[in-house]
Amino acid sequence: MDNESNSEPIVIDNLHKKFGDHTVLNGITLHVKRGETVAVLGRSGIGKSVLLKLIIGLEPSDSGSVKIEGQEITSLDLKQLNEVRKRIGFLFQQAALYDSLTVEENVAFPLSRHTNMPVADQLKRVRELLGGVGMEQDLEKMPSEISGGMQKRVGLARALALDPSILLFDEPTAGLDPITAAEIGKLILELKQKREMTAIVVTHDIRGAKTFSDRMVLIHEGNILADGPLAEWQKSKDPFVIQFLKDSS
Amino acid sequence: MKKVRSNVRIADLQIRYVLDIPANWDFGSPAAQSYPGDPPLPTNAISGTFAAPHARGRDLTFKSIFINGLEWFGDLGIFCARVFRAAVAPPYELGELLRQCDIIGAKSLPLVALAGAATGVVLSLQTHDALIRFGAKSLLPAVIVFSIIKESGPVITGLVVAGRVGAGIGAELGSMKVTEQIDAMEASAVDPYKFLAATRVLACILMLPLLTLAADFSGVIMGWLANTLADPISFRLFLDNGFKNVAFSDFIPPTLKTAFFGWIIGIVACFQGMRTTGGTEGVGRSATSSVVLSSLFVILADVVLVRLILMLWG
Repeated sequence: MDNESNSEPIVIDNLHKKFGDHTVLNGITLHVKRGETVAVLGRSGIGKSVLLKLIIGLEPSDSGSVKIEGQEITSLDLKQLNEVRKRIGFLFQQAALYDSLTVEENVAFPLSRHTNMPVADQLKRVRELLGGVGMEQDLEKMPSEISGGMQKRVGLARALALDPSILLFDEPTAGLDPITAAEIGKLILELKQKREMTAIVVTHDIRGAKTFSDRMVLIHEGNILADGPLAEWQKSKDPFVIQFLKDSS
Repeated sequence: MKKVRSNVRIADLQIRYVLDIPANWDFGSPAAQSYPGDPPLPTNAISGTFAAPHARGRDLTFKSIFINGLEWFGDLGIFCARVFRAAVAPPYELGELLRQCDIIGAKSLPLVALAGAATGVVLSLQTHDALIRFGAKSLLPAVIVFSIIKESGPVITGLVVAGRVGAGIGAELGSMKVTEQIDAMEASAVDPYKFLAATRVLACILMLPLLTLAADFSGVIMGWLANTLADPISFRLFLDNGFKNVAFSDFIPPTLKTAFFGWIIGIVACFQGMRTTGGTEGVGRSATSSVVLSSLFVILADVVLVRLILMLWG
């Protein structure tokens, strides 16, 4: 790894994405430093989740560059892309736990596929991970038997299973009550402090984002309209930024 | 006149209420028969106000149906190639394959055996009278055995599995798609074409011939039982008469052709499931289309395969 990729594990340059005639991302450029947590905000349907899917290669980009720890992912084949994906944890909006597997099996899924750990060690690791998110009591439950907040916790434990260096969160607090949302926010903050992870968090929760992020990015009409800590946003003269802050408070 | 208008207005408001349609939307002109933000309706589109949302605005000319059909087959071809590549490349998902063999094979067994048994009974009842009328009663065991092992058993098994397993796979993968579970699998660096599709398609290919044997077995037994109730004959004599002229070429090709039915059912159901869009409504559509298309292709494939088998083995 060269110095640049070591200091900036996520480098997005001039990224474009269209769905049919609808332009979603129109030349986004975003560099994320190692250990930094960036919150991505914007109106619904503006392309925040699409940005995360482009970063992990779930959607192909139309043009532009996405580098993960120095590796250009837009030109990789599936095998190479999967190697990059093992270094990224992804928490989906609805947690996306596998319906047919128990909580324990969900978290063990990446371990059983990508490591040579003996089953006993896998189970130990799964318990550690679930203990870290306060879910060690519900190992045998099915995803349908636990609440939305608990599903997000399990999703987070699964995302951490392979000890990734980068984490992507897609609306981790959406649809949760304020107390559970605050608990998830606290978990993100703990991860940031304990593991010094590089993270991008897509969220609508500006108050939570202020707590757990180092920098906030506002996407509007396919471009980044504001980039910096909240204090800098508050100095902006852009009418959309002013309106967004006003409506979020 | 005024009262009639007022009644029409009340009915209109009731429909708007039931369908949750804003009161200010005008259904008067074709241009107004779409939701805000929808693409404009082409003149030859389904323009009924209450058409299903997914059908609204869809072009239904012969040309567009033909092009959509070609696109569907093209996408299916690409999907088959991806599944094949995923299936042959190591590592192999043997645990998941065994789990799918259990779900597709063992759990379909009672239904397939019952369908086979019913076919045997019906064949026995229908042909018994006809053969007596033509003075060929002694041919009854052979007619039942030949009918079941050469055609009824394989086709009934194919159609029953297309219904049970096709719907199951279509709905399961469709639900996984709309809840981002397939994306989550890809994000975990696990190939869903290998883990989800290849295992299900392979399980269908392996299980269909075995299920066909079960359908044949229960069909022959129940055929004998139905015949014995009307006209007693020992089971041994029934089998001797029935299988006297049966060669391996009568039995093996029709049984093995169901592996091809299994491939059709697995691939169509996985394809329809993994391309699901449109939330829970989309899941329902995928389940239905999986059953309809796989049953249709099983019947069409049967016509081609019967001709092929006759050409190769007489």
